[in-house]
Amino acid sequence: MLRNIIRDVKASMGIYKSRDDRVYGLLAEFEHPGALLEAARKVRAAGYRHFDSHSPFPIHGMDKAMGLGQSKVGYITLGGGLTGLALATWLQWWTSAVDYPINISGKPFFAIEPSIPVMFELTVLFSALAAVGGMLLLNGLPRPYNPLFYSRNFARVTDDAYFLHVAASDGRFSLDGTRALLEEAHALGVEVIHDHGFSQLHA
Amino acid sequence: MADTLTIAPPRKEAPLVTGNLGISEITQLVSYHTEKKPPSTWYLAFAISSTLLAMLMVMIGYLFWNGVGVWGNNNPVGWGWPIVNFVFWVGIGHAGTLISAILFLFRQRWRTAINRSAEAMTLFAVICALLFPTIHVGRVWVIYWTLPLPNQMEMWPQFKSPLLWDVFAVSVYFTVSLVFWYVGLIPDLGTLRDRARTAIRRKVTAFFALGWTGANRHWRNYEKTYLLLAALATPLVLSVHSVVSFDFAVSIVPGWHTTIFPPYFVAGAIFSGFAMVMTLLIIARKVYGIRNIITLDHLEKMAIIILVTGTMVGFAYITEFFIAWYSQVEYEQYAFLNRTTGPYAWAYWTMMSCNLLFPQFFWIKRLRRSIPFLFVTSIVVNVGMWFERFVITVISLHRDFLPSSWDYFNPTLVDVLTLVGSFGLFLTLFLIFLRFLPMVAMAEVKMVLPEADPHHYEEHEN
Repeated sequence: MLRNIIRDVKASMGIYKSRDDRVYGLLAEFEHPGALLEAARKVRAAGYRHFDSHSPFPIHGMDKAMGLGQSKVGYITLGGGLTGLALATWLQWWTSAVDYPINISGKPFFAIEPSIPVMFELTVLFSALAAVGGMLLLNGLPRPYNPLFYSRNFARVTDDAYFLHVAASDGRFSLDGTRALLEEAHALGVEVIHDHGFSQLHA
Repeated sequence: MADTLTIAPPRKEAPLVTGNLGISEITQLVSYHTEKKPPSTWYLAFAISSTLLAMLMVMIGYLFWNGVGVWGNNNPVGWGWPIVNFVFWVGIGHAGTLISAILFLFRQRWRTAINRSAEAMTLFAVICALLFPTIHVGRVWVIYWTLPLPNQMEMWPQFKSPLLWDVFAVSVYFTVSLVFWYVGLIPDLGTLRDRARTAIRRKVTAFFALGWTGANRHWRNYEKTYLLLAALATPLVLSVHSVVSFDFAVSIVPGWHTTIFPPYFVAGAIFSGFAMVMTLLIIARKVYGIRNIITLDHLEKMAIIILVTGTMVGFAYITEFFIAWYSQVEYEQYAFLNRTTGPYAWAYWTMMSCNLLFPQFFWIKRLRRSIPFLFVTSIVVNVGMWFERFVITVISLHRDFLPSSWDYFNPTLVDVLTLVGSFGLFLTLFLIFLRFLPMVAMAEVKMVLPEADPHHYEEHEN
């Protein structure tokens, strides 16, 4: 049960388990973003769930094609912002009205008005750090090793190439069946990715 | 009838990238400069700027050894040049986040060509800005008293003071800008990693790229985060110079105690920031041959922003006069008469002509598209904005309520060399950025190309 949850969470980050024969998945290259979008739609319609598209820039409409919902980063950011706001309020109240009250020109020890700038700044600070931290967490980054790095061709993904990766951990995956599906979706080429571990990567 | 009721399609936008560059050519054109030896002009510029930086270090060492008496700061003018320079630099540090956050929210897609370098410039300007209040405190070894750290005196910072708000505002601004800039860099660092030819270069870029593979599952969270950061940075950037202006406006000094300060400071910050971006980009696009990515249209758009914000700032100058007269407060009225006709009238009129009059030439399209004119104006604007801070800080302080406490302020050589040296710090950091990091956000520029739109291909097939 717990194992399945961990597997699903990892899959949502794009981290898949390779098969016992070290097969990690199939990597197909497509000609342009339009073809990639179409292929993602087909693979999704065929029932696959452990797959991801890779492109040098985000492609409009891909989330829908892959059947992904809204990103959860917003909730994490909201949590960070509320934490920052609470911390700033507590900090200013406790230091100046509780721990060491000092009378400055007869002003109240604590009041909302002069506390607003710091409350605002810490809200923004904590929201921003939570947004970035949350993004890295949901993406499973930093991830120094990815079996996809074994593909020489894959280095072009950050330049001008478009790939679809179907992971071997998907229940419907089979080397021949999945390859046929990808080729039917007009893949330029399909490559089997083996996972030999990090130490072998640049050896 | 029917077609008058339908909404007109959006006007066709002029191409954002000229010269028919393809996706791969953008990668090549931008990454190439981080991989090859820099042009000889880079070495020349680096030699000059690092010499200035060394001079700054000597000046700071001299200051720490002797104390703030080495500056021209005197009894009525306790703030002097260090605070003038602080406000000047923090103002310059506004354009980057404005371009990356506000223009992003307004869907101004032309920003993609200039946002990376403008954000870098922002960070470096804020570093220069943070330097000045730090060394201005006099006893720099206790600068940590500005932070709420438990200490043996059981004292806390005074949260009712605008100076403390400033510590929070500027340091939060720096942190958030840094994070925003780095998040934008991650996909491009992936590009550098995948192009790396040597093991050491691959290791360093792979470390900072965090294992980026352009996965859509990642882009999904990434884009959301970028949008959220833009939404957070937008009020932040407007708040920073507002809080800086509170340092003045919350006091009771004539000429400072006005409610117009926050919006007027923010407009001035955008004005000077865009001028500095323009100065640097005009040089960078020529030296690096990226005129097809940072096009003349980009420069023209920046010129329009300079015209708009310059006019807003000029309007604020005039409003201040009106309010001084209308308030019927004799000290306030004197402060403004003293600005225009007093011993510092030369500084006031320099400010007026540089900031209000000079940008008005940008009403003429031919001048907006003339590189030499843009370059000269961008420098004139920053001279004018430095004088604006000088006018506000020094003129108000040197003659306040009691004539017996009036005095004239003269900077010393140390003041001058520290300001010049801060440009050394700024330019050295900027040159290091140009050498090692992609100066244009490649992933974002690719995104605005027509080829990046999946529907582009449908139209062509049909």
